[in-house]
Amino acid sequence: MAATEYRIEREILIDAPVEVVWRTITEPDQITQWFADKVDLELEPGGHGYMGFGDQGGPVVVETVDPPNRFSFRWNHPAGEEPAAGNSLLVEFILAGQGEQTRLQVIESGLDLLAWSTADKQRYADEHNGGWAKFLDRLAALHAERPTP
Amino acid sequence: MKVDPDDELWSAIADPSRRRVLDLLVQRGEITASSLADLVPFTRQAVSKHLNVLEQAGLVSRRKQGREVLYQVDAVRLDEASRAMAEVAKQWDRRLGAIKRLAEAAHARATSSAPRRSQ
Repeated sequence: MAATEYRIEREILIDAPVEVVWRTITEPDQITQWFADKVDLELEPGGHGYMGFGDQGGPVVVETVDPPNRFSFRWNHPAGEEPAAGNSLLVEFILAGQGEQTRLQVIESGLDLLAWSTADKQRYADEHNGGWAKFLDRLAALHAERPTP
Repeated sequence: MKVDPDDELWSAIADPSRRRVLDLLVQRGEITASSLADLVPFTRQAVSKHLNVLEQAGLVSRRKQGREVLYQVDAVRLDEASRAMAEVAKQWDRRLGAIKRLAEAAHARATSSAPRRSQ
């Protein structure tokens, strides 16, 4: 095995056209029905938002908006910091329309190691040891806090 | 902040360099820190640091053999760690399931109130 980054990939086949699925995953009043209780989202690249889970929650920053095929945002970055690879989790939704059906894939990943040089990785390993772990702590806490609908 | 043993597990496996060390330990069985350091692109010092964190999380244990210290993976603990990852995957499955129900219901409503035109 070669697990070199935090990465989870799941997918599902939905009996609805891709435009309908797109609205379900991007419209705040829809997102509240499958994800957070409180959603504030500016649907454009770089757009800031907030996802609340009970009295927990935090900021999100939208990365990609490419309707109706790709939507991604970063979350779980430390308060006051701009999210980037290395301090946040990237959640990507990839939608592929197949007639009246849609294949929806979600990828949650931590670090884009491919984009890093060996020197960068070394520096990360040496200096930022505690940093990343904290987000996973927070993620674990978040997951523990909120058993899904 | 509370110290949850699971948090330690999460922290231990969250770091990619540590996951690399863990992978190698799984592959090689018992191994010394310096042999490990020969196999990774980071320093002996970094390897020792990672081994300490992994040991604190209970993921690896050490034993002395003569002048050498040999490290090996604790399979039970590692299994707990992979279950923690699987739990997050399951959570995304539940969310995807909810998205599927919502989208299919919305689609059903749309097609029943406005019957589809034929081409």
